[in-house]
Amino acid sequence: MEKVITSQGIVDRSKDIGPFVPEADDDRLICRCEEITKGEIRKAVHEGMYTVTEVRRYLRAGMGLCQGQTCGRFVKGIIASELGVSPAELEPATSRSPMRPVEMAVLGHEV
Amino acid sequence: MTININEKTADVIIVGAGIIGSASAYYLAQKGLSVIVLEGSKNIGDGGSSRNGGGVRQSGRDPRELPLVMWGIENLWPTLSEELGVDVEYTQKGNLRLGKTEAHLKTLKGLADRAIACGLDVRMIDGDEVRAINPYLSEEVIGASWCPTDGHANPLTATLGYYKKARELGVRFITGEKVVQIKKIKGQVRQIITENNVYESDKVLVAAGYQSRKILSTVGIDVPMEALKMSCLVTEAEPKMFDQMLGTAEADFYGHQSKHGSFVFGGSTGFEGMDKDNGRPISSSLGASCTCRGIMKYFPALSQAKIVRSWSGWIDRCADLVPVISPVEEVPGLYIACAFTGHGFGIAPAAAYNIAEMIADGKTTIDISALRYDRFKPKL
Repeated sequence: MEKVITSQGIVDRSKDIGPFVPEADDDRLICRCEEITKGEIRKAVHEGMYTVTEVRRYLRAGMGLCQGQTCGRFVKGIIASELGVSPAELEPATSRSPMRPVEMAVLGHEV
Repeated sequence: MTININEKTADVIIVGAGIIGSASAYYLAQKGLSVIVLEGSKNIGDGGSSRNGGGVRQSGRDPRELPLVMWGIENLWPTLSEELGVDVEYTQKGNLRLGKTEAHLKTLKGLADRAIACGLDVRMIDGDEVRAINPYLSEEVIGASWCPTDGHANPLTATLGYYKKARELGVRFITGEKVVQIKKIKGQVRQIITENNVYESDKVLVAAGYQSRKILSTVGIDVPMEALKMSCLVTEAEPKMFDQMLGTAEADFYGHQSKHGSFVFGGSTGFEGMDKDNGRPISSSLGASCTCRGIMKYFPALSQAKIVRSWSGWIDRCADLVPVISPVEEVPGLYIACAFTGHGFGIAPAAAYNIAEMIADGKTTIDISALRYDRFKPKL
Protein backbone atom coordinates (compact mmCIF):
# COMPACT_ATOMS: atom_id res chain seq x y z
CA MET A 1 0.00 0.00 0.00
CA GLU A 2 1.23 3.49 -0.86
CA LYS A 3 2.26 5.63 2.10
CA VAL A 4 -0.35 8.08 3.39
CA ILE A 5 2.16 10.93 3.75
CA THR A 6 4.43 11.39 0.72
CA SER A 7 8.05 12.47 1.00
CA GLN A 8 6.91 15.99 0.04
CA GLY A 9 4.39 16.06 2.90
CA ILE A 10 1.36 15.70 0.62
CA VAL A 11 -1.58 13.80 2.11
CA ASP A 12 -4.48 12.62 -0.02
CA ARG A 13 -7.31 12.21 2.46
CA SER A 14 -9.02 9.64 0.21
CA LYS A 15 -6.17 7.12 0.35
CA ASP A 16 -7.33 3.83 1.83
CA ILE A 17 -6.09 3.39 5.42
CA GLY A 18 -8.20 0.28 5.98
CA PRO A 19 -11.34 -0.06 8.08
CA PHE A 20 -11.77 0.92 11.73
CA VAL A 21 -11.28 -2.26 13.74
CA PRO A 22 -12.31 -2.08 17.42
CA GLU A 23 -9.55 -2.96 19.93
CA ALA A 24 -9.78 -4.31 23.48
CA ASP A 25 -8.38 -1.15 25.10
CA ASP A 26 -10.45 1.36 23.10
CA ASP A 27 -12.15 2.60 26.27
CA ARG A 28 -8.84 3.70 27.82
CA LEU A 29 -8.82 7.41 28.72
CA ILE A 30 -6.09 9.23 26.82
CA CYS A 31 -7.00 12.91 27.33
CA ARG A 32 -7.84 13.05 31.04
CA CYS A 33 -8.94 16.69 31.08
CA GLU A 34 -11.58 16.22 28.40
CA GLU A 35 -12.13 12.49 28.95
CA ILE A 36 -11.40 11.35 25.41
CA THR A 37 -10.71 7.64 24.85
CA LYS A 38 -8.31 5.83 22.59
CA GLY A 39 -11.23 4.43 20.58
CA GLU A 40 -12.66 7.91 19.96
CA ILE A 41 -9.30 9.12 18.67
CA ARG A 42 -8.85 6.05 16.44
CA LYS A 43 -12.36 6.48 15.06
CA ALA A 44 -11.74 10.19 14.36
CA VAL A 45 -8.76 9.24 12.19
CA HIS A 46 -11.03 7.04 10.08
CA GLU A 47 -13.47 9.94 9.82
CA GLY A 48 -10.69 11.95 8.17
CA MET A 49 -8.89 13.66 11.06
CA TYR A 50 -5.28 12.91 10.09
CA THR A 51 -3.35 15.47 12.15
CA VAL A 52 -2.98 16.17 15.87
CA THR A 53 -4.49 19.61 15.29
CA GLU A 54 -7.55 18.21 13.51
CA VAL A 55 -8.19 15.59 16.21
CA ARG A 56 -7.83 18.30 18.83
CA ARG A 57 -10.37 20.53 17.11
CA TYR A 58 -12.75 17.65 16.38
CA LEU A 59 -12.74 15.89 19.77
CA ARG A 60 -11.21 18.47 22.16
CA ALA A 61 -8.39 16.02 23.03
CA GLY A 62 -5.63 18.27 24.39
CA MET A 63 -7.87 21.31 24.77
CA GLY A 64 -8.55 21.04 28.50
CA LEU A 65 -6.86 22.45 31.59
CA CYS A 66 -3.41 20.97 30.83
CA GLN A 67 -3.63 21.93 27.14
CA GLY A 68 -2.34 18.55 26.02
CA GLN A 69 0.86 18.70 28.08
CA THR A 70 -0.02 15.25 29.46
CA CYS A 71 -1.66 13.46 26.52
CA GLY A 72 -0.15 15.20 23.47
CA ARG A 73 2.45 12.53 22.86
CA PHE A 74 -0.04 9.67 23.26
CA VAL A 75 -2.57 11.26 20.91
CA LYS A 76 0.14 11.67 18.30
CA GLY A 77 1.23 8.04 18.69
CA ILE A 78 -2.32 6.74 18.26
CA ILE A 79 -2.93 8.81 15.10
CA ALA A 80 0.43 7.75 13.64
CA SER A 81 -0.26 4.09 14.31
CA GLU A 82 -3.70 4.33 12.70
CA LEU A 83 -2.21 5.99 9.60
CA GLY A 84 0.71 3.55 9.47
CA VAL A 85 3.35 6.29 9.72
CA SER A 86 6.04 7.16 12.27
CA PRO A 87 5.01 9.65 15.00
CA ALA A 88 7.97 11.74 13.84
CA GLU A 89 6.10 12.41 10.60
CA LEU A 90 3.29 14.20 12.47
CA GLU A 91 3.53 17.70 13.89
CA PRO A 92 2.56 18.24 17.52
CA ALA A 93 -0.29 20.65 18.28
CA THR A 94 0.79 24.26 18.72
CA SER A 95 1.66 25.18 22.33
CA ARG A 96 -0.29 28.23 23.42
CA SER A 97 0.19 30.74 26.20
CA PRO A 98 -0.35 30.96 29.09
CA MET A 99 1.65 27.96 30.25
CA ARG A 100 -0.72 27.41 33.22
CA PRO A 101 -4.33 28.60 33.61
CA VAL A 102 -4.26 32.21 34.88
CA GLU A 103 -7.13 34.28 36.33
CA MET A 104 -8.33 37.20 34.21
CA ALA A 105 -7.72 39.57 37.11
CA VAL A 106 -4.05 38.50 37.18
CA LEU A 107 -3.44 38.34 33.43
CA GLY A 108 -5.32 41.60 32.92
CA HIS A 109 -2.95 43.48 35.21
CA GLU A 110 0.10 42.49 33.21
CA VAL A 111 0.99 45.36 30.89
CA MET B 1 -17.45 4.54 -3.70
CA THR B 2 -14.16 3.84 -5.47
CA ILE B 3 -11.85 6.79 -5.74
CA ASN B 4 -8.90 6.79 -8.12
CA ILE B 5 -6.23 8.49 -6.05
CA ASN B 6 -3.98 9.06 -9.04
CA GLU B 7 -6.64 11.05 -10.86
CA LYS B 8 -5.62 14.70 -11.18
CA THR B 9 -8.73 16.01 -12.92
CA ALA B 10 -12.19 16.82 -11.59
CA ASP B 11 -15.32 18.75 -12.61
CA VAL B 12 -14.31 21.44 -10.12
CA ILE B 13 -11.05 22.11 -8.30
CA ILE B 14 -11.20 24.19 -5.14
CA VAL B 15 -8.16 25.99 -3.79
CA GLY B 16 -8.37 26.17 0.01
CA ALA B 17 -9.89 23.72 2.51
CA GLY B 18 -11.35 26.24 4.92
CA ILE B 19 -15.04 26.28 5.72
CA ILE B 20 -15.85 28.01 2.41
CA GLY B 21 -13.85 25.50 0.34
CA SER B 22 -15.03 22.46 2.30
CA ALA B 23 -18.69 23.49 2.37
CA SER B 24 -18.70 24.44 -1.33
CA ALA B 25 -17.19 21.01 -2.07
CA TYR B 26 -19.98 19.39 -0.08
CA TYR B 27 -22.79 21.24 -1.89
CA LEU B 28 -21.14 20.61 -5.30
CA ALA B 29 -20.80 16.89 -4.51
CA GLN B 30 -24.50 16.83 -3.60
CA LYS B 31 -25.19 18.05 -7.13
CA GLY B 32 -23.22 15.09 -8.50
CA LEU B 33 -20.04 16.90 -9.50
CA SER B 34 -16.57 15.48 -8.86
CA VAL B 35 -14.42 17.78 -6.74
CA ILE B 36 -10.77 17.97 -5.65
CA VAL B 37 -9.84 20.38 -2.84
CA LEU B 38 -6.20 21.47 -2.66
CA GLU B 39 -4.98 22.79 0.69
CA GLY B 40 -1.54 24.37 1.08
CA SER B 41 -1.18 23.78 4.81
CA LYS B 42 -1.11 20.46 6.65
CA ASN B 43 -4.51 20.94 8.31
CA ILE B 44 -8.09 21.27 7.12
CA GLY B 45 -9.51 24.63 8.23
CA ASP B 46 -6.20 26.09 9.29
CA GLY B 47 -6.94 29.75 8.63
CA GLY B 48 -9.79 31.96 9.78
CA SER B 49 -12.23 29.03 9.67
CA SER B 50 -10.81 27.67 12.92
CA ARG B 51 -9.70 31.06 14.23
CA ASN B 52 -12.79 33.15 14.90
CA GLY B 53 -15.27 34.01 17.64
CA GLY B 54 -17.99 31.65 16.39
CA GLY B 55 -20.58 34.33 15.69
CA VAL B 56 -23.59 33.43 13.53
CA ARG B 57 -24.97 36.92 13.31
CA GLN B 58 -26.84 39.26 11.04
CA SER B 59 -26.75 42.45 13.11
CA GLY B 60 -23.92 44.81 12.27
CA ARG B 61 -23.56 43.45 8.75
CA ASP B 62 -23.46 45.39 5.50
CA PRO B 63 -26.75 45.41 3.52
CA ARG B 64 -24.88 43.84 0.58
CA GLU B 65 -24.28 40.60 2.48
CA LEU B 66 -27.32 40.65 4.80
CA PRO B 67 -29.75 38.79 2.48
CA LEU B 68 -27.26 35.92 2.16
CA VAL B 69 -26.63 35.49 5.89
CA MET B 70 -30.35 35.91 6.72
CA TRP B 71 -31.20 33.16 4.25
CA GLY B 72 -28.56 30.85 5.77
CA ILE B 73 -29.84 31.42 9.31
CA GLU B 74 -33.38 30.69 8.16
CA ASN B 75 -32.60 27.65 5.99
CA LEU B 76 -29.26 25.98 6.76
CA TRP B 77 -27.99 26.58 10.29
CA PRO B 78 -30.99 25.10 12.21
CA THR B 79 -30.48 21.61 10.74
CA LEU B 80 -26.72 21.68 10.06
CA SER B 81 -25.67 19.32 12.90
CA GLU B 82 -28.16 16.72 11.70
CA GLU B 83 -27.13 17.15 8.08
CA LEU B 84 -23.38 16.83 8.73
CA GLY B 85 -23.60 14.20 11.47
CA VAL B 86 -21.37 16.38 13.67
CA ASP B 87 -22.51 18.64 16.53
CA VAL B 88 -21.82 22.18 15.29
CA GLU B 89 -23.27 23.54 18.58
CA TYR B 90 -25.55 26.03 16.86
CA THR B 91 -27.27 28.20 19.47
CA GLN B 92 -29.80 30.79 18.32
CA LYS B 93 -30.38 32.87 21.44
CA GLY B 94 -29.75 36.38 20.19
CA ASN B 95 -26.95 38.90 19.93
CA LEU B 96 -26.33 41.91 22.16
CA ARG B 97 -24.08 44.57 20.70
CA LEU B 98 -23.19 46.62 23.74
CA GLY B 99 -22.65 50.35 24.19
CA LYS B 100 -21.18 52.31 27.09
CA THR B 101 -21.40 55.87 25.74
CA GLU B 102 -23.89 57.97 23.75
CA ALA B 103 -21.46 57.80 20.81
CA HIS B 104 -21.56 54.00 20.97
CA LEU B 105 -25.36 54.02 20.95
CA LYS B 106 -25.35 56.31 17.93
CA THR B 107 -23.07 53.88 16.05
CA LEU B 108 -25.24 50.91 17.02
CA LYS B 109 -28.46 52.70 16.06
CA GLY B 110 -27.03 53.55 12.64
CA LEU B 111 -26.20 49.87 12.06
CA ALA B 112 -29.59 48.75 13.40
CA ASP B 113 -31.54 51.18 11.19
CA ARG B 114 -29.65 49.95 8.14
CA ALA B 115 -30.48 46.31 8.98
CA ILE B 116 -34.14 47.08 9.75
CA ALA B 117 -34.40 48.52 6.22
CA CYS B 118 -33.31 45.06 4.98
CA GLY B 119 -36.08 43.38 6.99
CA LEU B 120 -34.02 42.22 9.98
CA ASP B 121 -35.65 42.02 13.43
CA VAL B 122 -33.19 44.15 15.43
CA ARG B 123 -33.89 46.97 17.88
CA MET B 124 -32.20 49.30 20.35
CA ILE B 125 -32.76 48.54 24.04
CA ASP B 126 -31.73 50.40 27.22
CA GLY B 127 -29.36 49.26 29.99
CA ASP B 128 -32.08 47.78 32.18
CA GLU B 129 -33.45 45.71 29.33
CA VAL B 130 -29.90 44.55 28.51
CA ARG B 131 -29.49 43.33 32.10
CA ALA B 132 -32.90 41.65 31.99
CA ILE B 133 -31.53 39.57 29.08
CA ASN B 134 -28.05 39.13 30.58
CA PRO B 135 -27.90 39.93 34.32
CA TYR B 136 -24.11 39.55 34.49
CA LEU B 137 -23.43 42.75 32.54
CA SER B 138 -22.12 45.73 34.53
CA GLU B 139 -23.83 49.10 35.03
CA GLU B 140 -21.33 50.58 32.57
CA VAL B 141 -23.50 49.19 29.76
CA ILE B 142 -26.14 51.85 28.98
CA GLY B 143 -27.74 50.24 25.94
CA ALA B 144 -27.37 47.76 23.12
CA SER B 145 -28.74 46.60 19.84
CA TRP B 146 -30.65 43.33 20.24
CA CYS B 147 -31.18 40.84 17.45
CA PRO B 148 -33.04 37.76 18.75
CA THR B 149 -32.36 35.58 15.68
CA ASP B 150 -28.56 35.89 15.90
CA GLY B 151 -26.45 33.28 17.66
CA HIS B 152 -23.22 31.32 17.67
CA ALA B 153 -21.77 27.92 16.75
CA ASN B 154 -18.52 25.97 17.00
CA PRO B 155 -16.24 26.91 14.08
CA LEU B 156 -13.95 23.91 14.62
CA THR B 157 -16.60 21.20 14.41
CA ALA B 158 -18.58 23.05 11.71
CA THR B 159 -15.54 23.30 9.42
CA LEU B 160 -14.41 19.72 10.06
CA GLY B 161 -18.04 18.55 9.80
CA TYR B 162 -18.34 19.93 6.26
CA TYR B 163 -14.98 18.32 5.43
CA LYS B 164 -16.02 14.95 6.85
CA LYS B 165 -19.35 14.94 5.01
CA ALA B 166 -17.83 16.08 1.71
CA ARG B 167 -15.14 13.38 2.02
CA GLU B 168 -17.87 10.78 2.58
CA LEU B 169 -19.52 11.96 -0.66
CA GLY B 170 -16.29 11.29 -2.54
CA VAL B 171 -14.65 14.72 -2.53
CA ARG B 172 -10.86 14.36 -2.56
CA PHE B 173 -9.05 16.62 -0.11
CA ILE B 174 -5.30 16.88 -0.53
CA THR B 175 -3.30 18.72 2.14
CA GLY B 176 0.29 19.95 1.85
CA GLU B 177 -0.47 20.75 -1.78
CA LYS B 178 0.27 24.45 -2.17
CA VAL B 179 -1.11 26.07 -5.32
CA VAL B 180 1.37 28.44 -6.95
CA GLN B 181 -0.28 29.18 -10.29
CA ILE B 182 -3.48 28.94 -12.27
CA LYS B 183 -2.83 28.58 -15.98
CA LYS B 184 -5.17 29.34 -18.86
CA ILE B 185 -5.12 27.29 -22.06
CA LYS B 186 -6.77 28.91 -25.09
CA GLY B 187 -8.15 31.63 -22.82
CA GLN B 188 -9.91 29.17 -20.52
CA VAL B 189 -8.83 28.14 -17.00
CA ARG B 190 -7.28 24.71 -17.26
CA GLN B 191 -4.22 23.92 -15.13
CA ILE B 192 -3.81 24.31 -11.39
CA ILE B 193 -0.11 24.09 -10.67
CA THR B 194 1.10 23.23 -7.17
CA GLU B 195 4.65 23.08 -5.83
CA ASN B 196 4.81 19.41 -6.80
CA ASN B 197 2.00 18.55 -9.22
CA VAL B 198 -0.30 19.73 -11.98
CA TYR B 199 -4.08 19.31 -11.68
CA GLU B 200 -6.59 20.00 -14.44
CA SER B 201 -10.13 21.28 -14.48
CA ASP B 202 -12.31 23.69 -16.44
CA LYS B 203 -13.68 25.20 -13.24
CA VAL B 204 -11.61 26.54 -10.36
CA LEU B 205 -12.86 28.13 -7.16
CA VAL B 206 -10.24 30.16 -5.30
CA ALA B 207 -11.23 30.20 -1.61
CA ALA B 208 -7.85 30.56 0.06
CA GLY B 209 -8.45 33.53 2.36
CA TYR B 210 -5.74 36.17 2.08
CA GLN B 211 -3.55 33.77 0.07
CA SER B 212 -6.14 34.06 -2.70
CA ARG B 213 -4.62 37.37 -3.70
CA LYS B 214 -1.29 35.89 -4.78
CA ILE B 215 -2.94 32.96 -6.56
CA LEU B 216 -5.40 35.21 -8.43
CA SER B 217 -2.55 37.48 -9.53
CA THR B 218 -1.27 34.60 -11.72
CA VAL B 219 -4.28 35.15 -14.00
CA GLY B 220 -4.19 38.95 -13.71
CA ILE B 221 -7.00 39.39 -11.18
CA ASP B 222 -6.68 41.44 -8.00
CA VAL B 223 -8.92 41.64 -4.94
CA PRO B 224 -7.90 44.60 -2.76
CA MET B 225 -7.44 43.14 0.73
CA GLU B 226 -4.89 42.94 3.52
CA ALA B 227 -3.99 40.32 6.13
CA LEU B 228 -4.91 41.61 9.57
CA LYS B 229 -3.90 39.62 12.66
CA MET B 230 -6.47 39.35 15.46
CA SER B 231 -6.31 37.37 18.69
CA CYS B 232 -8.71 35.47 20.94
CA LEU B 233 -8.59 33.81 24.34
CA VAL B 234 -10.40 30.88 25.93
CA THR B 235 -11.29 30.34 29.59
CA GLU B 236 -11.58 27.08 31.46
CA ALA B 237 -15.09 25.56 31.58
CA GLU B 238 -17.33 27.72 33.78
CA PRO B 239 -20.85 27.06 35.06
CA LYS B 240 -23.38 28.12 32.45
CA MET B 241 -23.96 31.89 32.60
CA PHE B 242 -25.58 33.00 29.33
CA ASP B 243 -26.49 31.94 25.80
CA GLN B 244 -26.23 35.16 23.80
CA MET B 245 -23.55 36.14 21.32
CA LEU B 246 -21.93 39.39 22.44
CA GLY B 247 -20.22 42.22 20.66
CA THR B 248 -19.50 45.86 21.46
CA ALA B 249 -19.76 49.12 19.58
CA GLU B 250 -16.11 49.78 20.39
CA ALA B 251 -15.04 46.28 19.24
CA ASP B 252 -13.04 45.92 22.48
CA PHE B 253 -14.28 42.36 22.76
CA TYR B 254 -16.73 39.87 21.29
CA GLY B 255 -17.59 36.26 22.00
CA HIS B 256 -19.80 33.75 23.76
CA GLN B 257 -19.91 30.87 26.22
CA SER B 258 -19.50 27.60 24.37
CA LYS B 259 -21.49 24.42 24.95
CA HIS B 260 -18.42 23.00 26.70
CA GLY B 261 -18.60 25.85 29.24
CA SER B 262 -15.50 27.78 28.27
CA PHE B 263 -15.82 31.39 27.16
CA VAL B 264 -14.32 32.32 23.81
CA PHE B 265 -13.58 36.03 23.56
CA GLY B 266 -11.82 37.96 20.87
CA GLY B 267 -10.44 41.42 21.31
CA SER B 268 -8.15 44.02 19.82
CA THR B 269 -5.21 46.07 21.12
CA GLY B 270 -5.19 48.90 18.60
CA PHE B 271 -1.96 47.59 17.08
CA GLU B 272 -3.70 45.35 14.55
CA GLY B 273 -1.95 45.42 11.21
CA MET B 274 1.29 46.64 12.78
CA ASP B 275 2.59 43.40 14.25
CA LYS B 276 6.00 42.05 13.52
CA ASP B 277 5.39 39.26 11.05
CA ASN B 278 7.37 36.06 11.07
CA GLY B 279 5.01 34.32 8.68
CA ARG B 280 2.82 32.74 11.34
CA PRO B 281 -0.03 34.26 13.34
CA ILE B 282 1.70 34.53 16.73
CA SER B 283 -0.23 36.01 19.68
CA SER B 284 1.39 39.20 20.96
CA SER B 285 2.11 39.50 24.67
CA LEU B 286 -0.25 42.48 24.89
CA GLY B 287 -3.34 40.87 23.36
CA ALA B 288 -4.72 38.54 26.04
CA SER B 289 -4.04 41.01 28.89
CA CYS B 290 -5.75 43.83 27.04
CA THR B 291 -8.78 41.67 26.17
CA CYS B 292 -9.06 40.56 29.83
CA ARG B 293 -9.24 44.21 30.91
CA GLY B 294 -11.94 44.85 28.32
CA ILE B 295 -14.01 41.83 29.41
CA MET B 296 -13.80 42.60 33.14
CA LYS B 297 -15.33 46.06 32.61
CA TYR B 298 -18.39 44.41 31.09
CA PHE B 299 -18.40 41.23 33.23
CA PRO B 300 -16.93 41.84 36.71
CA ALA B 301 -18.09 38.31 37.66
CA LEU B 302 -15.58 36.79 35.24
CA SER B 303 -12.49 38.28 36.93
CA GLN B 304 -11.61 34.96 38.57
CA ALA B 305 -12.19 32.87 35.43
CA LYS B 306 -8.93 31.31 34.31
CA ILE B 307 -7.53 31.76 30.83
CA VAL B 308 -6.28 28.43 29.47
CA ARG B 309 -5.07 29.52 26.05
CA SER B 310 -4.83 32.35 23.60
CA TRP B 311 -4.40 32.22 19.86
CA SER B 312 -4.48 34.42 16.81
CA GLY B 313 -5.31 34.29 13.16
CA TRP B 314 -5.42 36.43 10.08
CA ILE B 315 -8.46 38.23 8.77
CA ASP B 316 -8.61 38.71 4.98
CA ARG B 317 -9.76 42.29 5.28
CA CYS B 318 -11.36 43.61 2.11
CA ALA B 319 -11.08 47.26 1.05
CA ASP B 320 -14.86 47.69 1.54
CA LEU B 321 -15.22 45.11 4.35
CA VAL B 322 -17.53 42.67 2.55
CA PRO B 323 -16.53 39.46 0.75
CA VAL B 324 -15.96 38.79 -2.91
CA ILE B 325 -18.17 35.94 -4.17
CA SER B 326 -18.17 36.02 -7.92
CA PRO B 327 -17.57 34.37 -11.26
CA VAL B 328 -14.78 36.01 -13.28
CA GLU B 329 -16.07 36.27 -16.85
CA GLU B 330 -12.77 37.65 -18.20
CA VAL B 331 -11.06 34.40 -17.07
CA PRO B 332 -13.63 31.77 -18.11
CA GLY B 333 -13.93 28.96 -15.54
CA LEU B 334 -12.58 31.05 -12.62
CA TYR B 335 -14.65 31.69 -9.49
CA ILE B 336 -13.66 33.62 -6.37
CA ALA B 337 -14.82 33.41 -2.73
CA CYS B 338 -12.53 35.31 -0.39
CA ALA B 339 -12.05 38.56 1.56
CA PHE B 340 -14.71 37.69 4.14
CA THR B 341 -13.11 40.28 6.45
CA GLY B 342 -13.39 38.43 9.75
CA HIS B 343 -17.09 37.67 9.56
CA GLY B 344 -16.99 34.73 7.18
CA PHE B 345 -17.95 31.94 9.57
CA GLY B 346 -21.64 32.67 10.16
CA ILE B 347 -22.25 33.38 6.49
CA ALA B 348 -20.26 30.33 5.29
CA PRO B 349 -23.08 27.77 4.84
CA ALA B 350 -25.22 30.22 2.84
CA ALA B 351 -22.22 31.45 0.86
CA ALA B 352 -21.10 27.91 0.02
CA TYR B 353 -24.61 26.80 -0.97
CA ASN B 354 -24.89 29.73 -3.39
CA ILE B 355 -21.30 29.26 -4.62
CA ALA B 356 -22.17 25.66 -5.59
CA GLU B 357 -25.21 26.98 -7.48
CA MET B 358 -23.10 29.69 -9.13
CA ILE B 359 -20.61 27.09 -10.39
CA ALA B 360 -23.00 24.23 -11.25
CA ASP B 361 -26.12 26.08 -12.42
CA GLY B 362 -24.93 29.58 -13.35
CA LYS B 363 -27.59 31.14 -11.11
CA THR B 364 -28.03 31.52 -7.36
CA THR B 365 -30.95 31.43 -4.89
CA ILE B 366 -29.86 34.76 -3.38
CA ASP B 367 -28.78 37.70 -5.53
CA ILE B 368 -25.07 38.12 -4.74
CA SER B 369 -24.24 40.53 -7.56
CA ALA B 370 -23.27 43.22 -5.02
CA LEU B 371 -20.35 40.99 -4.03
CA ARG B 372 -18.75 40.92 -7.49
CA TYR B 373 -14.97 41.02 -7.90
CA ASP B 374 -15.01 44.04 -10.24
CA ARG B 375 -16.86 46.42 -7.90
CA PHE B 376 -13.72 48.21 -6.62
CA LYS B 377 -13.15 51.71 -7.93
CA PRO B 378 -10.61 54.34 -6.82
CA LYS B 379 -12.09 57.20 -4.78
CA LEU B 380 -11.53 59.86 -7.46
